[in-house]
Amino acid sequence: MLTIAGRKFRSRLFGGTGKFASSAVMKEALAASGCEMVTVALRRVDLNNPEDDIMSVLDRDRYLFLPNTSGARDASEAIRLARLARASGGGDWLKLEVTPDPRTLLPDPVETLKAAEVLVQEGFKVLPYINADPIIALRLQDAGAAAVMPLGSPIGTNQGILTRFQIAIIIEQARVPVIVDAGLGAPSHAAEAMEMGADAVLVNTAIAVAGDPVRMARAFAMAVEAGRMAYEAGLGMATCNAAPSSPEEGLGFLR
Amino acid sequence: MATEAEVLRALVSAQPGVSGLAALLSPAAAKHLAAMVRRSAAITRQRFGNTIQVYAPLYLSSFCANRCAYCGFSADNTIERRVLSIPEAEAEAMLLGSRGFAHLLLVAGEAPARCGVDYLAELAMRLKDRFASLAIEVQPLSTPDYARLFAAGVTSVAVYQETYDRDLYRQVHLAGPKADYDQRLATPARAAAAGMREVGIGALLGLGDWRAEGLALGLHLAWLRKHYWRTGLTVSFPRLRPAAGEFAPLNPVSERDLSQMIFAMRIFDPDVGLYLSTREEARYRDGMIGLGPTRYSAGSCTAPGGYGQPDVQGEQFAVGDNRSLAEVSEAMRNKGFDPVRKDWDAVFQTRENRQQAA
Repeated sequence: MLTIAGRKFRSRLFGGTGKFASSAVMKEALAASGCEMVTVALRRVDLNNPEDDIMSVLDRDRYLFLPNTSGARDASEAIRLARLARASGGGDWLKLEVTPDPRTLLPDPVETLKAAEVLVQEGFKVLPYINADPIIALRLQDAGAAAVMPLGSPIGTNQGILTRFQIAIIIEQARVPVIVDAGLGAPSHAAEAMEMGADAVLVNTAIAVAGDPVRMARAFAMAVEAGRMAYEAGLGMATCNAAPSSPEEGLGFLR
Repeated sequence: MATEAEVLRALVSAQPGVSGLAALLSPAAAKHLAAMVRRSAAITRQRFGNTIQVYAPLYLSSFCANRCAYCGFSADNTIERRVLSIPEAEAEAMLLGSRGFAHLLLVAGEAPARCGVDYLAELAMRLKDRFASLAIEVQPLSTPDYARLFAAGVTSVAVYQETYDRDLYRQVHLAGPKADYDQRLATPARAAAAGMREVGIGALLGLGDWRAEGLALGLHLAWLRKHYWRTGLTVSFPRLRPAAGEFAPLNPVSERDLSQMIFAMRIFDPDVGLYLSTREEARYRDGMIGLGPTRYSAGSCTAPGGYGQPDVQGEQFAVGDNRSLAEVSEAMRNKGFDPVRKDWDAVFQTRENRQQAA
């Protein structure tokens, strides 16, 4: 079972709440995904409004609410957002997203680290969104991040795990859970991340903009289970040379 | 003049670039409009999801120091002029807030004496904690003035070049500060340098050759992206409508032309916000849902004080789509789109003045 910051999760698929056609579809899709943690952009919600579109359909008993600081350009904005979210009843968990470039939405490693250091000290459970940079992943773990969330490819691009080389390093070196987040466009991408040994994945765009978001959510859930099962079952190594299925071939000379 | 081959290449290219934009704006692309729609819709959906952000314009003042041949507020037009007092502007804003709007665009004719930086800063400070974001579309200001307004709570700045054709610009901007082409052109950069989160550009369609304006907009957009990468960017497509001075468009732009321009811009820049205002008819605006535009106003009034007093005179332009926010939202939902009322937050504004490196 997956454990992050002391909390157990049965599902290794986490969901997002952006880009859906309606909150009704979003609610159904999240339910179909089986996910237990859902991220919400603080810029989109009005935490103080009980009738808020997104908040009113998110059952806080069913889903762990993970507010994210998307839109924040630097550490001070992210910190301010985080504190406000917690003060409004948002909880301790935080997806730290510091994205100064509104075009690529790529995370700023310097500002992310600065913000994480402060927020960890203030008792937040910080899950930072990062580029697949193994060094920044290590720095954040040293600073006390509860997990790291490296991107597969930029948000919304659906390109899959373009960063697989670096993600493999991050997974190998990690002392905290690794959640591949962003760019997972198809269930096969999610399965690939799990087969690589990622602890979980977060998917938003690919589900929200699918022709049938509810079915797509189910497909992603199945893929995440399949990928994790394969990883636990012990995947064979991919090699460059063909290897005979009868492995003793060539050793017939031994007595 | 682009060739068929260039159009087809631009349609499938991941990064069409400026030459691709030119091809998509050209006459050769006109018969590929269906393919352009498909590509534009797909890109928009991927990048923005099934959402469109809604906002309302709030006209603060119809006084203007400029004489522009095409505008209802031109200094030489005899119309009822008004500038809202701060309490009146607040009341209009709260009325809009009660109707469900969280994003406001504060608009004013260019008259610093009536509606200057002090006035705007005061109003912004009063409104900023009650709205998700405040944008302004007023006279061009200096970087320090923009920085001051940003600190006061203004999030974004819209300023349209109207036409990028220098000669034509001189012909239609007869008098006033707006007659300075270069000053106006440099305004988006000044706003971005001051730390504004978003800057909006646009051309008034019907003045110059729309294909040339589209290309110029693309170039301007690319330049701003390169030099102010932290700044969000948007493009508007105001199309000339009846105005008090009865100015007839020099180069009329049809709905087909407008659509081609919007799709071309979307294919050229997948990330830019695209505005479709209530200048356009309801039928057209409904048809365009999901095809490229990402920001819609609704229930708009273009005369200062018009929300509280619907009979007030002195509009900047006649509105084509008179529907309320509820009606426009319903139309969006019927097409499978979520009308987003809030996509920012007052908490993002920093307290200190911030300067931004190029």
